Amino acid sequence: MQTLILLPILIPLVGMLVNAAFGGRIGGRAAGIIATAAVAFSFGLSVWLFAQIAATPARAIGADFGPWIRVAELNVPYGFRVDALSATMMLIITGIGGLIHLYSIGYMKGDPRTPRFFVYLNLFVASMLTLVMADSFLLMFVGWELVGLCSYLLIGFWFTDIKNAEAGRKAFVVNRIGDVAFVLGLLLIFFTFGSLSYGEVFEKAEAMKGAAAGVLTVITLLLFVGAAGKSAQLPLFVWLPDAMAGPTPVSALIHAATMVTAGIYMLIRSNVLLEHSPIAMQVIAIVGALTAFVAGYAALTQWDIKKVLAYSTISQLGFMVAGVGVGAFVAAQFHLLTHAFFKALLFLAAGSVIHGMEHRAHETGQHGADPQDMRNMGGLRSKMPLTTITFILGGLALAGIPPLAGFWSKDEIIAAAAKEFPIAFALLGVTAVFTAFYVGRQIYLVFFGKARSVDAEQAAESAPTMTIPLIALAVFAVLGGLINLPKGFPGEAWLGDWLAPVVGKEPHEPLNLALAGLFVALAVAAIAGAVGLYRRFTSADSVDPLARLGPLYAVSSRKWYLDEIYRAVIIKPFYMGASFLARIFDLGGIDGIVNGAGRLAAEMSETLRELQTGFARTYGLVMLMGVVAILLYFLVSGGAK
Amino acid sequence: MGSEFIVFLAVAIVAIGAALGMALSRNALYSAMFLILNFACVAVLYLLLNAPFLAVAQVTVYTGAIMVLFVFVIMVLGAEKLPAGESRKEMAWQRPLALGLGVLLLIQAAYVIFTRVVSSSAAKLIDSSPLAIGKALFGPYLFPFEVASILLLAAMVGAVVLTRKE
Amino acid sequence: MNETTPYILLSALLFSIGAISVLTRRNAIMIFMSVELMLNAANLAFVAFARQWGQLDGQLFVFFVMAVAAAEVAVGLALIVAIFRAKRGTDVDDLSTMKN
Repeated sequence: MQTLILLPILIPLVGMLVNAAFGGRIGGRAAGIIATAAVAFSFGLSVWLFAQIAATPARAIGADFGPWIRVAELNVPYGFRVDALSATMMLIITGIGGLIHLYSIGYMKGDPRTPRFFVYLNLFVASMLTLVMADSFLLMFVGWELVGLCSYLLIGFWFTDIKNAEAGRKAFVVNRIGDVAFVLGLLLIFFTFGSLSYGEVFEKAEAMKGAAAGVLTVITLLLFVGAAGKSAQLPLFVWLPDAMAGPTPVSALIHAATMVTAGIYMLIRSNVLLEHSPIAMQVIAIVGALTAFVAGYAALTQWDIKKVLAYSTISQLGFMVAGVGVGAFVAAQFHLLTHAFFKALLFLAAGSVIHGMEHRAHETGQHGADPQDMRNMGGLRSKMPLTTITFILGGLALAGIPPLAGFWSKDEIIAAAAKEFPIAFALLGVTAVFTAFYVGRQIYLVFFGKARSVDAEQAAESAPTMTIPLIALAVFAVLGGLINLPKGFPGEAWLGDWLAPVVGKEPHEPLNLALAGLFVALAVAAIAGAVGLYRRFTSADSVDPLARLGPLYAVSSRKWYLDEIYRAVIIKPFYMGASFLARIFDLGGIDGIVNGAGRLAAEMSETLRELQTGFARTYGLVMLMGVVAILLYFLVSGGAK
Repeated sequence: MGSEFIVFLAVAIVAIGAALGMALSRNALYSAMFLILNFACVAVLYLLLNAPFLAVAQVTVYTGAIMVLFVFVIMVLGAEKLPAGESRKEMAWQRPLALGLGVLLLIQAAYVIFTRVVSSSAAKLIDSSPLAIGKALFGPYLFPFEVASILLLAAMVGAVVLTRKE
Repeated sequence: MNETTPYILLSALLFSIGAISVLTRRNAIMIFMSVELMLNAANLAFVAFARQWGQLDGQLFVFFVMAVAAAEVAVGLALIVAIFRAKRGTDVDDLSTMKN
């Protein structure tokens, strides 16, 4: 039975290999079916495993598949573990992953490199599963790196446009920066605890308690920097908006539901370490709240339908991180789950919208307007009803309108912040209002009003392979809140109890009606305000009503000028340094020395060649010189008698 | 010692004069003649040095054969008139240098001679008759003797080959 | 002064004259003749020392030098003749194909 826990990882790998070997021959559709089937199979296994561990008292099954690294005191086995937390993640990964695989079959139709797409997707699922099922920090790191690789491959999938390739590279490099800190954290963990396996590390950390606070703070901060890279927190989130260059299913799967949540998962997994380093927790909370605010602010003025969602994702991730920072681990995981549902839904629906906008271009063969620019949309609800409804449901969930899923999870985090960390609470609260506003803005601009371009007029609903996953996800977006209702509701805090073996027992909180009511009211007001403001946005060339805010508007739409700042402060000096080293030091200096040595030898030999005059007499002369010299030497040194 | 020395001195002066004449003459044939004279002087010196066989050999081989060969070639090539022109410019320094080096060599030799040459007081008389030389040649010096004859053969062949008309 | 000394001095002198002559002449035949002079000077030294030490070996050596000199002259002159045929001149400075 224990060996079976490896299957969910192995099957997508098999699918990947099959598609890698035969994908070219069987075509995109067949490859997609194989890939989807593999992930569906993994989903089935995940459900079964979930049921299995529910029966065990510790709610965990671990399996050790032999030694991996055994050097001196470092002993890391191939250890996998299915426990409450990882089982939950597995369901998300394989479930939403499976739906997105299905969606991709329709979305990627016609693209000649589709088989390769599914190869990467399957690899991603396998890697992400490795990440959450690992029993040691090191094995998790392997999965961590692999998903980073898949992200790079998938963002730059349409690499013939250099911008896409650059976006992929940006994602990888920024991730890498976080990874450096992560590895340093790993080193410190090993140094402090002598092991990298979860069980041993957490046990020892618990035993050491306050005594190790200093080291633990450093460790957790380092790990957090790693999480900041992967989960797009300040200041390492700049890669995520650029990552929208990848196909929309990629954005949905990797940059909304799963990969970006890896950092959160890692933090929740290490809750034992976090709880003993209060300073680190405060830092994490502030960073999370700030990220949420900054990203939410930027989302207010974006025109690209996917960019809005990207910044929204960063913002919501900030919520989760803040939740971790104030100690509300269950709330953070809860929000991770609900966000996975409605954000994936929103992305997939956005993809459907984009497809609809491209419909006319495909039909007539003419080049249309930018299908992702919301200024060209409008009035799509009559052309794409299913997409409209599901999108609206996802959006409302995101905005936190009850009884949709987002309301419950977001509210829990805000309540926890209000209790623990007022500053974070303030930031998060303002961000919640922003969230509602940009949701309303987006929904109205895309689906309501009149169509602002020919493409919008002739849009058509998408194929069932695309709309069915939308519907499935919409169901979860609506009902997802049920898994962790507050005190007093039936089946209260189910998720909290479920996760207790991992994060410790958290008390069941009742619903803070005042707080909840306040934020719902604010959200509704924000949405209404957005609708009213954008009623007058009737043509694609209209100016954004918010532009009246002048510099405030500029800061938002230019995304806080972060890209420019990074370019000036970090990239430019780096390039200058590298260019200096390359041109002056390497080419000039080192090459100069090497070439110079060569030239010196050549010139010396040229000069020496002159000695060979070719005249025999010179040679004779030299001989005589030699004789005289030797004789002189012997005479002077009192030589041979 | 006295009479020998006087004879030596006379012969030596002639020899030096002949050498200089050979060195300085512009006419190849004159140089050859001077050299013959020099060889003859050396032959006399051999006699003084109690080497009668060598003296005759010197006259026969050196002046009689080698110099004849020289004169012959000079005549054939018509090289008695030498180009009296300047040497090439880049070698103008060679003449003074050669002169200097030669003088230097001489000085060194003189130095060695006067400070290092150890001698016994009286010369020993040796049997240098042709018989003695013959015995030595076919005795301890048999191998070099045979090799020398092969060398002469090789030289002969070489000379013939080199001057063959293609 | 030893009775051998003057002979050695003479030998050195003749040798030097020969050496200088070798290096300052341009005519190949002249050079050759100067070489013979040098050889002769060396022979003289040999014989002088042979007398001093009372050994016949010095004289025998001279004998062989003469033989070798004869062989060498034969071949050398043959070479010069061959070159003269090819180049119509005996200036050794023309023979500079080994330049540089």
